[in-house]
Amino acid sequence: MFFAFLESSRSALAAIFANRLRSFLTTLGIIIGVASVIAVVSVTGGMSAFIGDSFASLGANSLTIQSYTPFEDLMKGIRSRLTPADLELIEKRGEGIASITPILAANRSSQIKYGSQTAYSEIMGTTYTYQDVSQTYTEVGRFLAQSDNQTRRRIAVIGEDVRENLNLPENPINEYVEFSGEWFKIVGLLEPMGDIMGQSRDNLVLVPYATMVSILGNQARTDIGIQLSLTPTAEPDAVISQLTNLLRNAHDLSSNEDDDFRIQTAEQLMEQFDQILGTLTMVIGGIVSISLLVGGIGIMNIMLVSVTERTREIGICKAIGAKSHHILMQFLIEALLLSLLGGLVGLATGYGLGMVIANNIPDFPSASVPLWAAGLALGFSAFVGVLFGILPAAKAANLDPIDALRYE
Amino acid sequence: MSLINLTSITKHYEMGSQVVKALDGIDITVNKNDYLAFIGSSGSGKSTMLNILGCLDKPTSGQYHLNGKNVEILDQNELSEIRNLEIGFIFQSFNLLPRANALNNVMQPLIYRSIGFRQRKEMAMDALSRVGLGDRVDHLPNQLSGGQRQRVAIARALVTHPSILLADEPTGNLDSKTTVEIMQLFDELHKEGHTLIVVTHENEIAQHCHRIVEMKDGRIFNDSATEKATLGVAV
Ligand SMILES: Nc1ncnc2c1ncn2[C@@H]1O[C@H](COP(=O)(O)OP(=O)(O)O)[C@@H](O)[C@H]1O
Ligand SMILES: [Mg+2]
Repeated sequence: MFFAFLESSRSALAAIFANRLRSFLTTLGIIIGVASVIAVVSVTGGMSAFIGDSFASLGANSLTIQSYTPFEDLMKGIRSRLTPADLELIEKRGEGIASITPILAANRSSQIKYGSQTAYSEIMGTTYTYQDVSQTYTEVGRFLAQSDNQTRRRIAVIGEDVRENLNLPENPINEYVEFSGEWFKIVGLLEPMGDIMGQSRDNLVLVPYATMVSILGNQARTDIGIQLSLTPTAEPDAVISQLTNLLRNAHDLSSNEDDDFRIQTAEQLMEQFDQILGTLTMVIGGIVSISLLVGGIGIMNIMLVSVTERTREIGICKAIGAKSHHILMQFLIEALLLSLLGGLVGLATGYGLGMVIANNIPDFPSASVPLWAAGLALGFSAFVGVLFGILPAAKAANLDPIDALRYE
Repeated sequence: MSLINLTSITKHYEMGSQVVKALDGIDITVNKNDYLAFIGSSGSGKSTMLNILGCLDKPTSGQYHLNGKNVEILDQNELSEIRNLEIGFIFQSFNLLPRANALNNVMQPLIYRSIGFRQRKEMAMDALSRVGLGDRVDHLPNQLSGGQRQRVAIARALVTHPSILLADEPTGNLDSKTTVEIMQLFDELHKEGHTLIVVTHENEIAQHCHRIVEMKDGRIFNDSATEKATLGVAV
């Protein structure tokens, strides 16, 4: 039995390599399935760590407040908002708060001009504390100062992409750019931050929060985000419940209405992110299952062809003493090895793909495939091979020797 | 005890409404170290006969005892075992495995006996040297001449030390010079004590044997000893 097993593996490999191209095409489904799952696992593994670091920089003692619109309302065109009035309220009445960083974004992409040059950029109003909250520092010039906000100065700190897109000089300090019909003096250039998921983080203009409020003042639909850092002695839960009451009163919510905002700790934000990542993984898992299924059917198809092609060989083997289980094992091992090899190629391809993706995202930890994922991928490939190999193998094993020998 | 004993063997093929009687009541006994030729025109049932003797095919009716065993009651796997242990097949079209070299072809039947690689190789090398192919063991079938391929096939039949060698038109695809060589090899194997049954439609080949069974329309028409047999007895 053992020798027959070894011998079967040897001749199965010979058969697979004799038809290299066909074997490769046959296993393509499995290669793609395994490659995509490994690529995703190797990148998301790194991504969780990366996001974790990002949230850690917010500090354990910080809260994020954002407006929240339930899905049904969104469909009806209703949007919840956090307003400058809410910010003022929190500034006045909030307890246990060390610093408040408002973030007021203009419409996602706004036109910005310098001389005859025009570019599109994200414009955000915020305060000097943003620097620490988002770990964004200036390379040239200075960041927004507290006094800029109080006096609503028309100044801006720009990202590297904005400087480039507008053909601003290497040192853009004291140049003037225009947007929303107002002129802003550039006081700082941010350190380049690179891309995240193909999205540049340097196409950014920061202006003082109060300046932004006054520019957008006529647009009633402003929705701000608020970052809070707490005093060392403050209890996050207590602060959350106090702020919740404050905002519910301000928004006139009756006791049977849900909050139209979310107050979250950095930890909760991260959990939420992990949840999204989990959903993503499941969706991809579904796609992968389908491609493994298709791959398995491909293997079954080619194994059936192979059984037909080798009918005479099967007849010869039976004539010289092969029993059904010898033939069964021969073809089963061939299907198994075929899909396992496909799994291995997919593993290598997926890892390579993950590495390429990870290397193209700055600050991203290099891709790594956890052992369980590699094992699972190969196990699944093997399972698919055996599952879809059984039918052709049984067909081969049950051939009548005399008919098989006569087969032309 | 006789090696092979057939009583009232028939083999019928139904072709639509018509029944082809490939074998139509065969009684025959073959003893150890017989050297027997089945001759007869094409379609007389020689191949059908040999396939039944080799347990590749089952008769429609009748009894077949091989080495005292009733073959009728065996299932496919048990028949495989009988073919592996008792029978060495030699075919007209050689029937070698195309992707295996000479050595692996000869080792193949031993795999089904779970013999380890070393011993398998040793036995196969012995068999290949016996047929004069000790220096061609790593050639693939398509790298060998017809005569050499048939020698590989004979080595594969010999390697299991079967009780009986069955050859269906073994020289049908070979030129006359190679035919003589193969038949000489058969003569030697017979002298060494093997039992050989050869199917042929050529008289010269049949004349190598010691017993000739003539077939016609699925029946045995004549069964006689040749001069060789009488010579053999006289010596
Ligand atoms: N599988 C089969 N189906 C139908 N008829 C067959 C089959 N095999 C053999 N026969 C018929 O049986 C007869 C004997 O065939 P065979 O034993 O091959 O003859 P030989 O080997 O003497 O030429 C022939 O008439 C042939 O047509
Ligand atoms: Mg014939």
